[in-house]
Amino acid sequence: MLNMVPSAFKIIRDENKCIQCKVCVKQCANLVHYYDEEKDIVRADDTKCVCCHRCVVLCPTKALTIINYPLDYRQNANWTKNYMDDIYRQAQSGGVLLASMGNPKPFPVYWDKMLLNASQVTNPSIDPLREPMETKVLIGRKPEKLEYDKKGKLATKMPPQVELKIPIMFSAMSYGSISRNAHESLARAAEELGICYNTGEGGLNKDFYKYGKNTIVQVASGRFGVYKDYLNAGAAVEIKIGQGAKPGIGGHLPGEKVDEDVSGTRMIPLGSDAISPAPHHDIYSIEDLRQLIFSLKEATAYKKPIFVKIAAVHNSAAIASGIARAGADAIVIDGFRGGTGAAPARIRDNVGIPIELALASIDQRLREEGIRNEVSLIAAGSIRNSADVIKAVALGADAVYIASAALIAMGCHMCHSCSVGKCNWGIATQVPELVRRLNPDIMYKRLVNLVSAWNHEIQEILGGMGINAIDSLRGNKLMLRGIDLNEKELEVLGIKHAGE
Amino acid sequence: MKRIYAFEDKCLGCGLCEVYCRTAHSKSKDIIKAHKEENIVSGISIEEIMSPKSAFYFALQCRHCKDPKCVKACISGAMYKDENDIVRNNKDKCVACLSCVLVCPFGAIKKNTDGKAVSKCDLCVEVGSPVCVENCPNEAIKLLDEDSEILK
Amino acid sequence: MLREGELRIPSGCSISGIINKDRKRISGENIIKSIALMHDRSNGLGGGFAAYGIYPQYKDFYALHIFYEGLSIKMKVEEFLDKHFEIESAGNIPTRVVASIINKPMIWRYFVRPRIYLENAKERQMDEDEFTSQCVIKINKDFNGAYVFSSGKNMGSFKGVGYPEDIGDFFMLDTYKAYTWTAHGRFPTNTPGWWGGAHPFTMLDWSVVHNGEISSYDTNRRFVEMFGYNCSLQTDTEVITYLFDLLVRKQKLPLEKAITIMCAPFWDDIEREYDDIKMELKSLRAVYSSALINGPFSILVGFEKGLLALNDRIKLRSLVAAQKGETVYVASEESAIRLICPDLDKVWSPKGGEPVIALYNNEEEK
Repeated sequence: MLNMVPSAFKIIRDENKCIQCKVCVKQCANLVHYYDEEKDIVRADDTKCVCCHRCVVLCPTKALTIINYPLDYRQNANWTKNYMDDIYRQAQSGGVLLASMGNPKPFPVYWDKMLLNASQVTNPSIDPLREPMETKVLIGRKPEKLEYDKKGKLATKMPPQVELKIPIMFSAMSYGSISRNAHESLARAAEELGICYNTGEGGLNKDFYKYGKNTIVQVASGRFGVYKDYLNAGAAVEIKIGQGAKPGIGGHLPGEKVDEDVSGTRMIPLGSDAISPAPHHDIYSIEDLRQLIFSLKEATAYKKPIFVKIAAVHNSAAIASGIARAGADAIVIDGFRGGTGAAPARIRDNVGIPIELALASIDQRLREEGIRNEVSLIAAGSIRNSADVIKAVALGADAVYIASAALIAMGCHMCHSCSVGKCNWGIATQVPELVRRLNPDIMYKRLVNLVSAWNHEIQEILGGMGINAIDSLRGNKLMLRGIDLNEKELEVLGIKHAGE
Repeated sequence: MKRIYAFEDKCLGCGLCEVYCRTAHSKSKDIIKAHKEENIVSGISIEEIMSPKSAFYFALQCRHCKDPKCVKACISGAMYKDENDIVRNNKDKCVACLSCVLVCPFGAIKKNTDGKAVSKCDLCVEVGSPVCVENCPNEAIKLLDEDSEILK
Repeated sequence: MLREGELRIPSGCSISGIINKDRKRISGENIIKSIALMHDRSNGLGGGFAAYGIYPQYKDFYALHIFYEGLSIKMKVEEFLDKHFEIESAGNIPTRVVASIINKPMIWRYFVRPRIYLENAKERQMDEDEFTSQCVIKINKDFNGAYVFSSGKNMGSFKGVGYPEDIGDFFMLDTYKAYTWTAHGRFPTNTPGWWGGAHPFTMLDWSVVHNGEISSYDTNRRFVEMFGYNCSLQTDTEVITYLFDLLVRKQKLPLEKAITIMCAPFWDDIEREYDDIKMELKSLRAVYSSALINGPFSILVGFEKGLLALNDRIKLRSLVAAQKGETVYVASEESAIRLICPDLDKVWSPKGGEPVIALYNNEEEK
């Protein structure tokens, strides 16, 4: 059938700079670049390009650039190029359109519509280079109060807590959806940073059990690789109900990505599709969730906090309250800009709500019910920099999860092609030649650098606010002001407008 | 002594080591001129091994042997071991008889395109440190002591 | 212009306190002299005092001091009081005419006993303190134009807009005798000062005078509001008072644990402790992380058992303590102590987060 979808990108090669070294040819797994021996020049097939920038970054003479394909359609504010191209694709394939990473649509990014406060005169700012500046947080259920016995000894027994030196964790990305080397980099970085990474739903490779103290093991609807040792291997267990990028949808890891190692880790046959059902088939209600939470607590001898992760949807405040009451130790809320290895494009782009609004309303709801202090709240779904972290904490989060940012630190260029499995950066692929491109020795350091840099910035911002412990920022909405927001948005966020 | 070690589990096979080697050994030291105007043979080369599961790559270059066959075989006295035990080729003396190319057990010496001399890795003694090591995007080539921990 | 309670006003201040541990009562003259010396630390927009032991004849009654902005609201509040309390005595708080004190509200005082049998209070396991505090919170929240600024037993707070020495003169504090006095001169950065916004801030027997601006305000506020408090004034002092009330009265934590919560030791220091202490400190920080008070403050807290002085944990505000026999002095500046007691046994500057706790040697006769 005739392919009516034009190229998305155009590759421009500066012939004055190109030295025919063929690095681009050797590095492009999509086979865009090729060497024309007869003419002794390197050429490119634009149609295959996904704009991952691997060639651009590695080209030693910087001879390459990639631009959007300069093809105009007749102007139409309704029938835009994207929607028309989608129709060509579906008319040709008859299938659901797949997409990767987070929602790219121009919905408001509320992080960028909030401004932070700083001390002036009446309250001194604190210099983090000279004074202690604490960013440690403890994630887990807290009793309503502590009690002392008559001898003055603490009588209340504390539920298990996960200690994070920095209130940032690496979010769930399964082994299978990302490569073994990417996983190793995340695990080693988490260990060095004193934080946690999340296994995702793909089980935990035996080689990585040694990072257990810094691991959160996930239990999702597919239950891949879940057994007693796995549950007890990590610092906490996370039940994944939903994911911000695809609320209400399960997952599907194609059989070609299930190699020997992935199959062993996931405990499924070699080469078989790994299908996560949309719901957990043992959780059709909140009381079912409570049963799973307590089964997992039993299996881990009440030594591990149990997190429950949901996608941010319209009534997440009520759902979160139910989860808290069902016995979860921490609630993870994943906004609609959160990433994914693969999701139906229509769902990624249209289902769910922004994390900022969900977080603020959940925090407020839990406070109104007087139970906010009992559970930890973790925000996820496109935290892009330290200011986003600060704003999330001020809106009520105990900690945040980052995933896309971590991938970008390892080289991801957001080409949105994870589902294809030919990631040129060695991240979202199981092809050995490609996986080898991601050297954990280098990449774990880049992750450590990134999070340490953010932590320095967080400390500077806290110091500027006259705060020396991140505890005093949590839910401190007076530190935020909205800009360019309407009354309703300000009300949901629970903040004032700038200038007020 | 220190020499270059290649790690095939990290090698991308991108060939950047060759590009930077050629540039470092060019007259102009300019990456574009070196490739467009000078005809230089890299002292390092990427070799591909096909295994049943996937292709492997590794960077091949002179081992700077303790008892180098190339030095023994050289008929003009161009190939020599310098005071730092680095095996080097004096291009002014080299007559391109290719005896060294024949005896090298690793295939690490190559004939220049002009046919007047041979090229091989000199650990970039004149640059300071090996450019292939510095520019490898995946740290797949390393300058290491024989007894380095990494090799164990 | 919005007034305090409708917006948040940061302010700097002076504080001074005197306690006699043997409960020997002294007149208000000394404390007025002491706070007057630090005149420049306030700007005439707020001054106030708390005095303990001033109503021995009514010591079993809650003494409610109330500001009214008009007769109609007074009638409404009195109707509410009548319903919830037996009123033993009611009347104006006597004042003098002081030229600089203007725009004064009606200032009333009631000695009351709660009708605790009402509203199923017993069934809801409410004691008299809880019942009274809830009534006070209700009046301050729901009765616009009325403000309860003191509600403890055998103690009272006196405050208003003006320099503290003028407020002391206005309330005739030289005629009162107390075994503990605290005083406050206010420097709000934003007019108008409002009578209710002056310090001390009180809840039952707790009274707090405070110098500083806490940067953790909203975190602390949203924390205490989960437990039924309503921070109608939006001041630091109010929220600190509620924190003490919540932790010590409601949750029954020992006072020193409450201090450990509010001025928590640093994590690095906690790590160096023995395991059991480490565990306890970690638990306190984990459970009460939202009760950590951040930013500069020095506070004086008067309560049933004595007086507490406390600095923030990196000492961003001045605080000096001194002792002479059974009398303990605390003030923003040493000169404010030396003026009223030149011959001291001991003077020291408490470290950040290190409390000065002066407790009475004997229980009060019941």
